[in-house]
Amino acid sequence: MIKLPERKHGLELLRQMLLVRRFEEKCVELYSARKIRGFLHLYIGEEAVAVGVMQALRPDDAIVATYREHGHALVRGVSARSIMAEMYGELEGCSHGRGGSMHLFDADTRFYGGNAIVGGGLPLAVGLALADKLAGRERVTACFFGDGAVAEGEFHESMNLAALWQLPVLFCCENNRYAMGTAIERYESETDLALKAASYEMTAWSVDGMDVVAVEEAAHKAAAEVRDGCRPCFLELLTYRFRAHSMYDPDLYRSKEEIERYKQQDPIPALVERLRGAGLVSDEDLAAIEQANADEINEAIEFAEAGTLEPIEDLERHVYWEGAAL
Amino acid sequence: MSVSEASSTSTITYRDALRAAIREALLSDERVFLMGEDVGAYGGSFGVSKGLLAEFGPERIRDTPLSESAFVGAGIGAAMGGLRPIVEVMTVNFCLLALDQIMNNAATISHMSGGQFAVPLVIRMTTGAGRQVAAQHSHSLEGWLAHIPGLKLLAPATLPDARWMLGPALRDPNPVLIFEHGGLYNMEGELPGDAGPVDIERAAVRRPGEDVTLIAYGGTLPTALAAADELAHAGIDAEVIDLRVLRPLDDLAVVKSVSRTNRVVIVDEGWRSGGLAAEVSARIMEQAFYELDAPVARVCTAEVPIPYPQHLERAALPQPSTVVSEVARMVGSRV
Repeated sequence: MIKLPERKHGLELLRQMLLVRRFEEKCVELYSARKIRGFLHLYIGEEAVAVGVMQALRPDDAIVATYREHGHALVRGVSARSIMAEMYGELEGCSHGRGGSMHLFDADTRFYGGNAIVGGGLPLAVGLALADKLAGRERVTACFFGDGAVAEGEFHESMNLAALWQLPVLFCCENNRYAMGTAIERYESETDLALKAASYEMTAWSVDGMDVVAVEEAAHKAAAEVRDGCRPCFLELLTYRFRAHSMYDPDLYRSKEEIERYKQQDPIPALVERLRGAGLVSDEDLAAIEQANADEINEAIEFAEAGTLEPIEDLERHVYWEGAAL
Repeated sequence: MSVSEASSTSTITYRDALRAAIREALLSDERVFLMGEDVGAYGGSFGVSKGLLAEFGPERIRDTPLSESAFVGAGIGAAMGGLRPIVEVMTVNFCLLALDQIMNNAATISHMSGGQFAVPLVIRMTTGAGRQVAAQHSHSLEGWLAHIPGLKLLAPATLPDARWMLGPALRDPNPVLIFEHGGLYNMEGELPGDAGPVDIERAAVRRPGEDVTLIAYGGTLPTALAAADELAHAGIDAEVIDLRVLRPLDDLAVVKSVSRTNRVVIVDEGWRSGGLAAEVSARIMEQAFYELDAPVARVCTAEVPIPYPQHLERAALPQPSTVVSEVARMVGSRV
């Protein structure tokens, strides 16, 4: 049985999950209002994964994420305003407007992107960890990717390399059961992904990714193994995406009943109920969290509304490095 | 050869010059390491890194699995993590297995991140034909890679470039791809004493001339120089330009030469369709059209996958005789 967190920490987990949820709900509105364009991949339903894992990371650890990374960036501490400005394509955005929803980057929090090639971030994470190992730094590189990535060659190459060279990567497989619109049973010969990972001689196990407390506990254990043992570790986080793959997806490949069934496991009400049952959260607490999050999100929108578009004369900037000599 | 020995003139092969450059980089910067398939125990599939494992150990001379995408991507990550990796990809054909990492990460991350992250990475790879290794080990795909903004491409074709191009490439904060033509590894000659770092922004005039400009790079430089010698016997004074930097192209050097000679033949081991020669030709048309006395000519590889038999492979590749015929046709003389 997984232990309930202390009240303060429990409320913090709740706040973070709600921040991601409400932020993305706002993004949907702004997408409909044509303020945000391009691809927008929502994390709604999967919040417990990013929130749980991030608790185990330290400020000098690194994160490599996917194109469904608003939640990871927010929880990591990339400001809501800079993420919103990025979605607006503005200079004030966390990638100076050049990346958009799928390519959030932030050097200050060692957030190495939103990678929109499935599996493309894994080799990068292996390299970041190699740099840490060779420099003798005890840091963790957390690499998030979906179940779909497991079918890519880059997944297998990276798992092998990380295990072979004993590199400090925490592989976090967010198994939401679909590779875009293809169900895992329809594209994997072996659907137990932790079993696959274990074949690369690394510790690997599956976790209920709808339970933020379980995710956090597993992440602490895995991060400790990565950090102290200087070797990779693999977590399969079983989760579910409540919304369509992207704003373009008519969601024809799964039944409404299936979605409703998984919504019964929504990680946010689940945590509220458990905390309430233990007398750790009141309606006032909840209202205060919602209000604080709404204020933060509204401030982010105001910030983005007042943001600036990069002059067209600067179009060809940042193709090559403009910073100081390295 | 030790680094100190490089300061006096010595006889050296292209392969040894590359090795001396890697060794110097390893000695002078502890962030530098070499990784790739068979770079360690085997000594490099073309012998470039022979002996380096014994001298620098397995941490800095890293043999990798046959996982081009993972180890090129790991090079990108390690560069972003503060190291200065030299990644060796056995041939340009194999780099296609890592093209996702080269194109979607190395070339884009500085831009996608709004200039927050640099990728100071060097990727070396063998390119080109001429060794009867057929249609999966012989191609010249520099033109494809030169298409990509965010990358820099270098093609050392001389001993000094083999020896002194790596230093500035490693100091460059961008991903730099270095193409070593397989036919050049055994090239031997005098290496002048320390010539200093190569200017990796500029093309080089390898033979001054007045009547026609031959533009070449990598494996076609010896071809162009041989053609120029033959043309000299016929009284035609050819200038030979070694592009050396394939991206960004040094337009000025090309335009300057063409403006003087008014005739140009581009010699490119890539295929004609959509290749580097096409790009150089278009730039000449855009920037020096009125200087031309004749249409730009190209001598490229025949549009076939490289065949195995020696006579067919030879027929597919640019040869000095083909270059000479093109020039003769252009100037309307018999050579």
